[in-house]
Amino acid sequence: MVTDNSADGTRTAPADRVPSGAGEASEVPLLRLRGVGKSFGPVQALTGIDLDIPAGQVTALVGDNGAGKSTLIKTIAGIWPPSSGELIWNGERIHIHSPRDATNLGIAAVYQDLALADNLDIVQNMLLGHELQRFGLLDEVKMELTAKQTLQDLRVTTVRSVRQPVGSLSGGQRQAVAVAKAVMQDAKLVIMDEPTAALGVSQTELVLSLIAQLASTGHAVLLISHNLNDVFQVADRIAVLYLGRLVAVGPAAEFDRQSAVDLMTTGTSTRLHDGNGSEAAASGNVSSGSEG
Amino acid sequence: MAGTERGGAPEDQAGSVAVAGEPEAGEQEAAQIALASAPDVLAGSLGEYTRVWLRRVRNGESGALPVIIGLLIIGAYFQARSSAFLSAGNIANLMGQAGWIITIAMAQVFVLLLGEIDLSVGFNSGVGATITIWMVSVAHPFPTWLAILAGIAVCTVIAGIEGAIVAFLKVPSFVVTLAGLLTLSGVLLWLYEQTGSVGLGGVIQNHNGFINGIVSDNLSTNLSWIVLIVVVVLAAVFMIGRDRRRRANNLVAPPLSVTILKLAVMAAIGVALVLVLNANRGTLFTQLRGVPWVVPVVLVLLVLTTVLLGRTKFGRYVYAIGGNAEAARRAGINLNRIRVMAFALCGLMAGVTGILYASLLGSISNNIQGGQYVLYSVAGAVIGGVSLFGGRGRMLGAVLGGFVVAVIYNGVILLGLGAAGQYIWTGGVLLAAVLLDAVARRGSSGATN
Repeated sequence: MVTDNSADGTRTAPADRVPSGAGEASEVPLLRLRGVGKSFGPVQALTGIDLDIPAGQVTALVGDNGAGKSTLIKTIAGIWPPSSGELIWNGERIHIHSPRDATNLGIAAVYQDLALADNLDIVQNMLLGHELQRFGLLDEVKMELTAKQTLQDLRVTTVRSVRQPVGSLSGGQRQAVAVAKAVMQDAKLVIMDEPTAALGVSQTELVLSLIAQLASTGHAVLLISHNLNDVFQVADRIAVLYLGRLVAVGPAAEFDRQSAVDLMTTGTSTRLHDGNGSEAAASGNVSSGSEG
Repeated sequence: MAGTERGGAPEDQAGSVAVAGEPEAGEQEAAQIALASAPDVLAGSLGEYTRVWLRRVRNGESGALPVIIGLLIIGAYFQARSSAFLSAGNIANLMGQAGWIITIAMAQVFVLLLGEIDLSVGFNSGVGATITIWMVSVAHPFPTWLAILAGIAVCTVIAGIEGAIVAFLKVPSFVVTLAGLLTLSGVLLWLYEQTGSVGLGGVIQNHNGFINGIVSDNLSTNLSWIVLIVVVVLAAVFMIGRDRRRRANNLVAPPLSVTILKLAVMAAIGVALVLVLNANRGTLFTQLRGVPWVVPVVLVLLVLTTVLLGRTKFGRYVYAIGGNAEAARRAGINLNRIRVMAFALCGLMAGVTGILYASLLGSISNNIQGGQYVLYSVAGAVIGGVSLFGGRGRMLGAVLGGFVVAVIYNGVILLGLGAAGQYIWTGGVLLAAVLLDAVARRGSSGATN
């Protein structure tokens, strides 16, 4: 047990970790994973994951290929149930049996394929399955206004017309539409799987600012990324997975690039760049040794 | 055709490249958007509207324009070859011939938009028509409305069953409806064996005045004008009302001048048609005037199906499934329900087709070229810009495309070229329509890369 006495941290024990972002410490995290494990037959994909995902913050989930990132987000998104452990949503134990359960709770996953229909325009995509009607017919005006408002709230300003087909959008804009669609359907936790993987520099900027905006509007964001540049730019908290175990979790400030890489590739980090770096390493060691 | 449904991908790339760092990104992006969106929702003034529209035309995204230009060229050719082509008598004839070809093309749209196909639509309409005509031709005939309803209902159920097999058992629609084509052609022969003396020799003569009258009877000249005025006024009220509501909510709406221009073009075509059809096309001794009933029938069907596809949840989901079925599924849409409904609607329109066909011929026989007619239906829809790969196309396109097929059918008969010429012409126009589309799209993607 390591006591973290950094300025903005109040962590005492891993079993009771709370978000250490300033001003958020007293709140119950939106989603809390307790000892979550997942096995596929004899293969143990996840072991004893303890993770808090607070509202209004970006939690980045990093790890090498095969570390279990996808397994973990699919567990949260209801693709399959956990084999062990529990999920606590706003302080209540929950059981998610299907993606629909997750959606109803307010968990939205934006996968890499985005699930947008290229032939439909932005408004039509954002309201797909939730169309507004007037006199039994689609109310295009109201839908357009709603979609515009949501995009405005997310500060998505690069889109010239909300009536252009999604097929004509750039990669970053498509990502933005997919996120706006999730937000529009009352998502409280938005899981983003490698949102910048196929994007150029300015498009990546667009998506990162969107992520920041999401968090500042009170959404919890779980960001899965390989790209540490992106992670350090937007993440409030970083969680490192290594071979199905959570080897480190803490405020982004406690990590540096090298310690993150070490944790992702070896599961530990002994580098002592500065104070923060060593703390991250220490907390990582504690996490990997916790009982789960 | 390859370009029709893949159009999104190169545009997408071009867009992201443009934004990624080129200084003229704004201009390129504007071109992309103009290419992809209808000018209605981008432009606030007439000048802007024209610019957006011209850019789309240059990029081969001109909507109904190619098919209308094609229609004019084909019409001009036939008129040059035979002065009878644009005579009142032949135009009225053409309307009757076009009726069923247009509705069979409309039938196909419902399934093409899903990325499916219904090959059985021709024989399906034959079976429905046979049931309807048999019911009004027996010794103690059924009421006409019941006979029509029964024929259409049978077609709807048959296509619905095919749709259910496609949707629930995940069998390709090509195979299911090919089986349907073969089965129904057999069912058609069998039906005539069962009708006894009514269907002697495989033909049922239709003596029902109402059904024959759809094609052969005309609105009175006064009623023709009244219907035209009502249609134009309703269209004006609807279009201007919609634009006003959009402007009231601070949304972009097409400028009033554009709306008025559209209405004027619509009215001009209507006036020309009514003028021609109201002229006496009878013989020396009989007067024959007015618009055939089949014209308003097809117009009503066009309006109903356009509203269904464009303004209801069902229509939106049809396009969504055709565009990206997985996205539709994740949006909580019941894919199988929509698929079965779309096939059933295809069958419903096939039923209507059968009635219009029987009305044109004044009889129905077991010699229906159902296999041929399904090709008209696909050709009409594709000429009208409906993608074979789903998600793209409009009902108006299928109506225009079906009309092109009908014009060729009519013109080739007029020139005495027979079946050979008719097939070659139709095939050539279909190929031209698809090539034009592909070339225009290649040109546009080359220009923006």
